[in-house]
Amino acid sequence: MARRFFYVHSVVSSVVSLRRIMTTKQGVMKERADEKLVMDAGDIARALTRIAHEILEHNKGVNNLALVGIRTGGVHLAHRLVKRIQSIEGVHVPIGELDITLYRDDLALRKNQPVLRKTSVPFDLTGKVVVLVDDVLFTGRTIRAAMDSLMDLGRPGEIQLAVVVDRGHRQLPIKATYIGKNLPTSREEKVQVLLEENGEDDRVVIAKP
Amino acid sequence: MSLKRKDLLSLAPLSVDEITLVLETADSFKEVTGREIKKVPALRGKTVVNLFFEPSTRTRTSFELAAKRLSADVINFSPSSSSVVKGETLLDTARNIEAMQADIIVLRHSSAGAAETLARGVKSSVINAGDGWHEHPTQALLDLYTIRERGLGFEGLRVAIVGDVAHSRVARSNIYALTKLGAKVRLVGPPTMMPWGVEQLGVKVYSNMDEGLRGVNVIMMLRLQLERQGRALFPTIREYARLYGLTAERVKLADAGAIVMHPGPINRGVEIAPDVADSLSSVILDQVANGVAVRMGILYLMSGAG
Repeated sequence: MARRFFYVHSVVSSVVSLRRIMTTKQGVMKERADEKLVMDAGDIARALTRIAHEILEHNKGVNNLALVGIRTGGVHLAHRLVKRIQSIEGVHVPIGELDITLYRDDLALRKNQPVLRKTSVPFDLTGKVVVLVDDVLFTGRTIRAAMDSLMDLGRPGEIQLAVVVDRGHRQLPIKATYIGKNLPTSREEKVQVLLEENGEDDRVVIAKP
Repeated sequence: MSLKRKDLLSLAPLSVDEITLVLETADSFKEVTGREIKKVPALRGKTVVNLFFEPSTRTRTSFELAAKRLSADVINFSPSSSSVVKGETLLDTARNIEAMQADIIVLRHSSAGAAETLARGVKSSVINAGDGWHEHPTQALLDLYTIRERGLGFEGLRVAIVGDVAHSRVARSNIYALTKLGAKVRLVGPPTMMPWGVEQLGVKVYSNMDEGLRGVNVIMMLRLQLERQGRALFPTIREYARLYGLTAERVKLADAGAIVMHPGPINRGVEIAPDVADSLSSVILDQVANGVAVRMGILYLMSGAG
């Protein structure tokens, strides 16, 4: 769960030089010293486009559909998916933003409480097919918290899960409905989905220790 | 950013960042209190004890509701039904409560400094819910939240606090917090009700209400403690109401978009005219509603395992 609050600041200084490499090599990204590149901007874009199509295929269109992003990465991804769905079907599906902090299972164990962000689900969930959107699926604890949070907001007809990366190591019996990429990892590795919305180049990396 | 404090006793030592953190956290809980199911599991398994040595309905209920909406267990302790009448000291009472694994103690007491004394003696977190004439930090925080919710910024904000400032813990907490946030605070009231040397806190004192209200953005009325009549602070309630009661006429002296606040309970027709209390500029009931969200935020921030 720590990944949600984990940002690599040290790489920011190398962004300028990386941009140069990217433009000269026409989108072929060169790896930085402190991270292993798993997906580049093109890979993420294609995965999201595929997921958007899968969501529409699976649910036979946009009827009753709603997307809810889990803060913070999942919110950006949910917005991107909504745009893609709109360009395919011409319909803007309802979108919500979920802060799962109050539902975390480790709150009682922490010395200092994490900073709260706002939950905003400006539509009635009851009966809706809700697609939860997150960046990385790891232990499954975040998704458990997100599902409990959704249940307190209404009674969804169905909850599905879309993630960019499934890295394994589940601690709960939770499975994603739509997956950008299955990524075998060791438990100690840190997988990060870095997004433009947070001032990064779009990419998925495994941070080297 | 987190609130690295065991206790919340006073607003005097809080930084601007800490105050802002409380207000922003309260924003998240305001959303929760607007839901159909107004309950989140954040404080499951924690115990909050309301230890009230003075009568209070609003504050106690507000804390109780806040704790319950966070899924904490709540116990209400009041002196008439406890061993305090049998001569137990404050600290002994609190240690007994602590022995029952209380995580947070919310204390209301008639003596200034009671919360501080308690905080030194117990490991539980202590929240001051009013200690004598000293401070009432959670009331001031909910006042700040209500001002901010109305879209008013604190920098340069003109606030008039009107009434018995000397005996008001609400006024003291608000003075500390508002001046810290850059507001210009005026105190309005008869000289008998102004603490000596209060200008040192960076406020301006007015004994003429009309002058004090001119151009202010916020009018914060204090409750006239009627039980103090006869202690030579003011001759009669009628005279007090005439000189320092807030009427619709007087509201017009303030800025056009000014809001009227009151910590309650209000004395209609004494410090505030009924039509003003019920007017559109009155945010008195917003204060009560926001109190729950702000206290949820405070309980959440103080509930770290440390």
